[in-house]
Amino acid sequence: MKTEEITHLAKLSSLEVPENEIEALSEALESILQLANQLQSIDTVGIEPLFHPIEMITPLMQPLRPDQVTELNQREANMANAPAQFEGLFLVPKVID
Amino acid sequence: MSQIEWEVVIGLETHAQLMTQSKIFSGASIAFGASPNEQACAVDLALPGTLPVLNEGAVNHAIRFGLAIGSVVAPMSVFARKNYFYPDLPKGYQISQFSLPVVVGGKIMIEVDGQVKEIQLTRAHLEEDAGKSLHDDFAGPHGESSSGIDLNRAGTPLLEIVTEPVMRSATEAVAYAKELHALVMWLGICDGNMQEGSFRCDANVSVRPKGQKEFGTRCEIKNLNSFKFLEEAILHEVQRQIELIEDGGRVVQETRLYDPDKMETRSMRSKEDAQDYRYFPDPDLLPLQIAQERINGIRALMPALPKELREEWQNTYGLSSYDTGLLTQDKALAHFFIEVLKLIEIDLAKPAANLMAGEFASAMNKESLSADLAPVRPIHIAELLKRTKDGTISNKIAKEIFSQIWELGLNASDRQESILLEGLVDQIIDQKGLRQISDVGAIEKIIDQVLIENPKSVEEYRSGKEKAFNALVGQIMKASKGKANPGQVNTLLKQKLI
Amino acid sequence: MTIEKLHEALINKQLSSVEVTNYFLNRIDTAKDLNAYIDVQPELSLAQARQADQLIAQGNQGYLTGIPIAHKDVFVTKGWKSTAASKMLGNYQSPFDATVVEKLGMLGSGMVCLGKTNMDEFAMGSSNENSAFGPALNPWNLDYVPGGSSGGSAVAVAAGLTIAATGTDTGGSIRQPAAFCGITGIKPTYGRVSRYGMIAYASSLDQAGPMAKTASECAWLMNAIAGKDLRDSTSIERENEDFTRLLGANWDSSNSNASQPLQGLKIGVPKEFFAKGLNHEVKLAIEEALKQFEALGAVCVEVSLPKTELSIPVYYVLAPAEASSNLSRYDGVRYGYRSEKYKDLAQMYTHSRTEGFGAEVKRRILVGAYVLSQGYYEAYYLQAQKIRRIIAQDFQTAFTQCDVLMGPVAPDVAWKIGEKSKDPIAMYLEDIFTLSANLAGLPAMSLPCGFNQSGLPIGLQMIGNYFNEAEMLQVANHFQTATEWHSMQPLQNVAGEKS
Repeated sequence: MKTEEITHLAKLSSLEVPENEIEALSEALESILQLANQLQSIDTVGIEPLFHPIEMITPLMQPLRPDQVTELNQREANMANAPAQFEGLFLVPKVID
Repeated sequence: MSQIEWEVVIGLETHAQLMTQSKIFSGASIAFGASPNEQACAVDLALPGTLPVLNEGAVNHAIRFGLAIGSVVAPMSVFARKNYFYPDLPKGYQISQFSLPVVVGGKIMIEVDGQVKEIQLTRAHLEEDAGKSLHDDFAGPHGESSSGIDLNRAGTPLLEIVTEPVMRSATEAVAYAKELHALVMWLGICDGNMQEGSFRCDANVSVRPKGQKEFGTRCEIKNLNSFKFLEEAILHEVQRQIELIEDGGRVVQETRLYDPDKMETRSMRSKEDAQDYRYFPDPDLLPLQIAQERINGIRALMPALPKELREEWQNTYGLSSYDTGLLTQDKALAHFFIEVLKLIEIDLAKPAANLMAGEFASAMNKESLSADLAPVRPIHIAELLKRTKDGTISNKIAKEIFSQIWELGLNASDRQESILLEGLVDQIIDQKGLRQISDVGAIEKIIDQVLIENPKSVEEYRSGKEKAFNALVGQIMKASKGKANPGQVNTLLKQKLI
Repeated sequence: MTIEKLHEALINKQLSSVEVTNYFLNRIDTAKDLNAYIDVQPELSLAQARQADQLIAQGNQGYLTGIPIAHKDVFVTKGWKSTAASKMLGNYQSPFDATVVEKLGMLGSGMVCLGKTNMDEFAMGSSNENSAFGPALNPWNLDYVPGGSSGGSAVAVAAGLTIAATGTDTGGSIRQPAAFCGITGIKPTYGRVSRYGMIAYASSLDQAGPMAKTASECAWLMNAIAGKDLRDSTSIERENEDFTRLLGANWDSSNSNASQPLQGLKIGVPKEFFAKGLNHEVKLAIEEALKQFEALGAVCVEVSLPKTELSIPVYYVLAPAEASSNLSRYDGVRYGYRSEKYKDLAQMYTHSRTEGFGAEVKRRILVGAYVLSQGYYEAYYLQAQKIRRIIAQDFQTAFTQCDVLMGPVAPDVAWKIGEKSKDPIAMYLEDIFTLSANLAGLPAMSLPCGFNQSGLPIGLQMIGNYFNEAEMLQVANHFQTATEWHSMQPLQNVAGEKS
């Protein structure tokens, strides 16, 4: 895998790959993708993807939730793990549009 | 100097926040105005282990919309993840719909300069809204300049409505946006509050030399939250693109924001790189199956659409296109009028329309009320019309009584009381002695008196001044406290002045 | 000590839940070296035990009340940390309990939580070596891996540090550590058990399940955790089922021969599970076990699961794809690890995620991004989902010839710590027999059936058709009635249990 490809994937994933790790990572990804390439040889014409295994058991039907407010204000508990907060807001380094 | 005649191609994507109680995938409230993060539950915050469950109300709203625009409501549609990183997007992906949306096709008619045009819609799909970034300067944990993230809005149900690129001017785009805006409010699926962000338009704009088949490169202008900005932004973007091309440059496909102060569009920094959203069907949600029964049930309960009402009223009652347009501008007004029509005979329909479009509309605008909250009720209008028709009161008196009932109603509602419905008009007529004087003898007596008291006007009329006639009529009406039957006054006065 | 014996002791007031809890807390403390647990909070456990004792005193107890349970750290819990064995969630405290935890806990079955067990980070791994808190050690030989990703739970059960534990299985993560540690574990049919509160790895593959020494104990735990959850759209509605109902019953109810309880049972043996690459000692142990089943009256037939080898690339495309998306929420904004050094928002994201995630997790995220990206989606992700259907259909074909499938859980027994961690592919290939059941959503379990010459446990895998957990547990229970593998304990597990 080319370095640009790895950097591109890393960017899409908000990850950083240090220079000295790129080669090892490239090799690892290469071998995984070689494994994945075995899929190409299989003829799947006319086969639908099985996104949800339960399709084998029952017709797929998303359950619907009645439109009601069931969650009340739990801000303190929900924000207890926030790395940075101020007056009920999560803080992040300035967002520039 | 350019010899090219440019054609503008516009498609609009509108995000309408759906009027539900709770969010599309969680049970938190979507009410506007809460303190930051008080309406962001565990699912909305994407806490580890949380999962989405679909809100039935949002689905029903989507079906309503699909039916109203004559589209196909998909019997099966699929939720997909749109993956990208942004602090207002807690999961790092937005749950949306990609290949299989809930609504396909459809159309909305617009009218520009008297011409009717059909705007085809590509699709409409359900998705969740993101949270909000507040860019006031907060201090982060290391003192760094920080933004505040409020996720109350995250998870609010949205219907994204996409048109084909069939609009050819900013005017058409605005006409469509307004029509769509009125429709979603009419259907009760969106409150249309653009200031609060309930209805946001993105415009896809490109230009091409007239006659060229291929589309030019388009730019997307995001988050236009007023019709004024929509129009300005499109106009400026069109100009920017034309100037760019004519100067030898190429339009780069990108996302831009409109700056209303500078009146120009600029590139969005955060979306500079072409994003690969890596869409795939959300494994946490099963395909949405919409049964014909559900669609039929919703269709049965849907209100008649403005267009249908306008046609019906024009055909059945001979009302003008202007009047019916006004009366169907908002649902409350239309329903009020429907109620009035139930209480009167066909021949009063036109006078009813006039009264509604005139007195009623201006009184409501003055108080910024909607028709369902108006102090004058349909029964009052109906009775006023009847009493005018049967000669009990004159048009002028009717207007006065209208104002009186209006005042009465306003005061009563301040005191949290209600006013008399049936019979109130008659009560006022009797209490204030407003009965029209139609008795010939009585009118003649008044005319005689006025003629005696106004010799100058009589002189002037007889010497050819038409205006003097009106002055005399004025005096007669005054003397009769407005109660003299104007038609009678006219006839009798003319006779007496011969 | 088993759940059944403990239940008797508790309701007969021979033991109190507090005594039992203290017993296990002490053992856990003594056996810290095994690194089976990530978070232990004795006070919280004892508070639950006291509550349980009250319920028992009032006569309001259920079958499992007062009995200890350990939870894989992939389930969020109030009170105990929930880390998924990652630096990314190193200090995370969940404001809510996972549904599985709720159902087993004081608001449900009344079990006492002993703590959170070690695992591979975000459930990605087959050895428990991918933990930010160090590997858990196989109690049968401390130099060896316990298997993964539910390594800590398997160790805890095998070493007597709990009576039972919860695990999750996405590609074999209950079955394989159960096999490597000589205990019993079952991955139910997909949709049987709620995933709400389970830190997501691969949503269409993850399932929670019980791990204990015996199949009958697993059946009691299944009763507690199975059931539709409105908070999990993929959980299935089934009538209330008693998974213990067939324990001890003959397979054919018209058969009254007690020495041949499995008469009428057809066991399918996939020939691909015995291809080259299967460790010789494992092969022998499985063949012996099959003979034992035949002695109990069952009949073995050869079947075929032709895509067995292909299940590896299918899984290692689909699981990383779903994981790459499921892990996007870990960005240091609302919770979790945030880097100390960053100059802007973009760096805060990349530094937090790069520092917070381990190497295997990052690899899988990148693979996932790749197979979902524009231009590759059809060839990889979509293609894998299509082959997935073929695999599921192949199972249905096999089930026309048999009632259950049996074979090895893994091609090897446990390996030495560090032996395979250099080469991720080597580790992936170890999953060859377990992945297909997750892809198809079928229930599958592991039961101990022997040891190799070095004393490392070997597990027998049973795969059933959809919703056949009770039948599988019935079959396993008969095997465990006739054999002793499940009652063997590693030497590290000091005797001295009260019964």
